[in-house]
Amino acid sequence: MRDRVLYNLVAFAVILIASAVLFGQISIDIEKVILINIGLSSISVFGLLIAIFLGIGLVYKEVDKRSLYPLLSKPIRRWQFVLGKFLGLNLTLLVNTLFMSAGLWAALYYLRRDFAPEDVHIWTAIYFILLELFLVTAVCLFFSCFSTPVLSAVFTFLIYIVGSSASDVRAFGVLTRNPALETLTTVIYYLLPNFSNFSVAGEVSHGLPVGSYLIELNTAYALCYSALLVMASFWIFSKRDLK
Amino acid sequence: MAAIEISGLTKDYYVGFWRKRPWRALDNLSLTVERGEVFGFLGHNGAGKTTALKLLTGLIFPTAGTASILGLPIGSPEAFRNVGYLPENPYFYDYLTADELLDYFARFFPLTPEQRRERREIVLEQAGLTEFRHVPLRKYSKGMLQRIGVAQAVLHNPEIVLLDEPMSGLDPVGRRDVRHLILQLKAEGKTVFFSTHILSDAEALCDRVAILHRGKLVGVGQIADLLQRQSGFEAILESCPPDLLPRLQQLAAAPIVASGGQHRLEIAEQNIPQLLSYCASNSVRLLSLNPLRFSLEDYFVELLRTREPASESPAAGSKTARSYRRRSPSPATPSGKPCATACSITWSLLPSS
Repeated sequence: MRDRVLYNLVAFAVILIASAVLFGQISIDIEKVILINIGLSSISVFGLLIAIFLGIGLVYKEVDKRSLYPLLSKPIRRWQFVLGKFLGLNLTLLVNTLFMSAGLWAALYYLRRDFAPEDVHIWTAIYFILLELFLVTAVCLFFSCFSTPVLSAVFTFLIYIVGSSASDVRAFGVLTRNPALETLTTVIYYLLPNFSNFSVAGEVSHGLPVGSYLIELNTAYALCYSALLVMASFWIFSKRDLK
Repeated sequence: MAAIEISGLTKDYYVGFWRKRPWRALDNLSLTVERGEVFGFLGHNGAGKTTALKLLTGLIFPTAGTASILGLPIGSPEAFRNVGYLPENPYFYDYLTADELLDYFARFFPLTPEQRRERREIVLEQAGLTEFRHVPLRKYSKGMLQRIGVAQAVLHNPEIVLLDEPMSGLDPVGRRDVRHLILQLKAEGKTVFFSTHILSDAEALCDRVAILHRGKLVGVGQIADLLQRQSGFEAILESCPPDLLPRLQQLAAAPIVASGGQHRLEIAEQNIPQLLSYCASNSVRLLSLNPLRFSLEDYFVELLRTREPASESPAAGSKTARSYRRRSPSPATPSGKPCATACSITWSLLPSS
């Protein structure tokens, strides 16, 4: 939490959410929809930036700067170190997301001077953003165990882009009617994390509820996928020579 | 039970981009460090000292061989309960203060908050950092970082302390403080295993030393045995007439050095009566006659020289070896003596292959 980049990003996100009030004022009758959409997008994008910027150096920076040496010579296991870094970053992201969410709720209150019952669904969208960030952190951690920060950032960003449009990629494969391409896009669809499932900003901004089935499914998906990546990180890091 | 037991420890690194080939950083290292001794690990840069220490701390994995610390295999967290480690050129989270860093490290051990506070006070005092305890580490000098590194290594009062180049980056006062700390640890009955290429530190502190050369252990023995060896006497003469010099040179074991109206010569014990006789008959003032002691530096340089292939310049191939030779104090150097042969009497000199 002492990394200054965090404060810059959170401050910037809060300002952006506040500016959504201005965007809302020039939008007739849909101020609230605009505010919620911009607010949730800001939380998601800035959370993603924090997750990637901090996540790519989670292990690599410790090895590179050798701050890990005195630490690993204490009675701890390597997997404990990796797990600690993962959970620590997720806690940081949780606190930052709560700060940004507070900004969104403040802007919402400023706009309407009241909260509607359906506004509670905004919390579901924020929860999904947190699940998404949890998954992104796991991807970053995985790459950070064997790759440089720049490559880790590139890999994570590409996986996020492809994973966010996983359904479109699969649909494209089906449309081509090329069996090879169809198989490839299906493999990508199932292999890469599917981030598109976590985007419900459109629904909640219109006051629509999110089904409990989707909440359970997304939670299980994010936890299982992250667990696999974190365990792969444990394995890679436990075999690695720290030169 | 020995403090540290190393048996056939070998480490290969793979170098090259396309065609990876093994490069042996440590070759079949076997040695035992007894409890309560200060053990120096010597060798020039790249000799394999840090590799050996990293293997002992589980930071890298051996290609072959085994090692144990207090009977526990290296790499297991249990082995580290009684081990403190200072890495070479340590780096710590620089946004933390010394107090915060030590408290963080202390939490890895079963200590109560009161014990943690107590240990912090003690090691900060030992490291001379009490007044800087609330200053973020990013504002520390290199010497201060080295001292906080030593402090974290002894924080949990370990039985074995592994120090990788503990004097690196320290000013004379800092070096004296670390030397004092090592002696204090020895007095407390701790085992200290430290690597260095500053031979005067090893000479001042160690009970035994091991010398590594190109990843191989080339010598191991007790400092006391080595330093007790005399290799002749040094005489300083004044008012020495020039016509006497050729006769004195016949007595001397090395070329006579003239400086500031004085002459310095190294002489074997059996030639001393003859020297005294010359002095008396030629009105030469004998200012001093002192035994020459065989220094660790002499041993080290000669040992490495004998290990170099004949085709190469003896021990001068590396920059480090050259710097040792330059620093060697000429009055104490028994030039021309077969040092390695002499040392083999008291030291276990290992085969070169």
